[in-house]
Amino acid sequence: MKTLIHITSEKLDPQACLETISYPECGGIVSFVGTVRNQTKGKPVLKLEFEAYEKMALKEMQKIADQAKIKFQVEEVLIHHRTGLVKVGEEAVVIVVAAPHRKAAFQACEYCIDTLKETVPIWKKEFFEDGEVWVSAHP
Amino acid sequence: MKIEVIAFGIAKDILNSNQVTLEMEEQSSVADVRQALVDLYPAFQGLASLQLAVNADYVSDDYLIKENDEVVLIPPVSGG
Repeated sequence: MKTLIHITSEKLDPQACLETISYPECGGIVSFVGTVRNQTKGKPVLKLEFEAYEKMALKEMQKIADQAKIKFQVEEVLIHHRTGLVKVGEEAVVIVVAAPHRKAAFQACEYCIDTLKETVPIWKKEFFEDGEVWVSAHP
Repeated sequence: MKIEVIAFGIAKDILNSNQVTLEMEEQSSVADVRQALVDLYPAFQGLASLQLAVNADYVSDDYLIKENDEVVLIPPVSGG
C-alpha cells in the first residue's frame, strides 16, 4: 500500500520511498532527504529529538502535497517525517516528487521542504554535550 | 468558561506541563488567550512567535474560541 503522507518514530527508508513513487507518465523524480547534521555553528550535536502535533502535522503535510500538485503540475508527492530520538546521520525527512518534466519536480520538491519548515507543527530539539535547545524557538 | 490549552515543544517547557487550563470569559478570542498566557508565563514573550491552532488548524487572532475546541499552542516550528 502507498503511504504518501506519513509520520513515524521508526527509521525512514528513502529507497522504499522512491520505490513507492513510480509513474509511467513521469520523466522526473526528485527526492530530498534531510539528515541529522553532526554540528550546529561548530558545536557537536549528539542527537535530535522531534516532537509532532501529529494530527495537525499530517493535515499540513497533506496541504503541502496538494498545493505542490496544483502549483507545479506534479503527479505525486510523498512526505515522510520522523519523530522521537534521531541519531546523527539518520534521516529526519524524506520527500519524493514525480512530474512529467524535471524542472517542475525540482521546484515542487524545494517548495515542499521550504513550506514544511514553515508550517508543519513539528519541533526539533538539539542535544549538545552541555545542554539542549529547541531549534528556532527564540529570535 | 474553561479552556484547556495543549502545549508542544518549548511551550511545554515554559508551562512545565503539556497542558494548562485557563478560566476565560465567554467570546474570548485567540488573541485574548495568547495574552492571558503571556501574562501568566512571561517567558512566552521571548519566543520568535506564538501561534494557536484550533481543532488542528491555524486560525487568525480574532477567532472566537468555544468551550470544547481543541486549542494547541504552536511555538516556532522546526521540522525537516
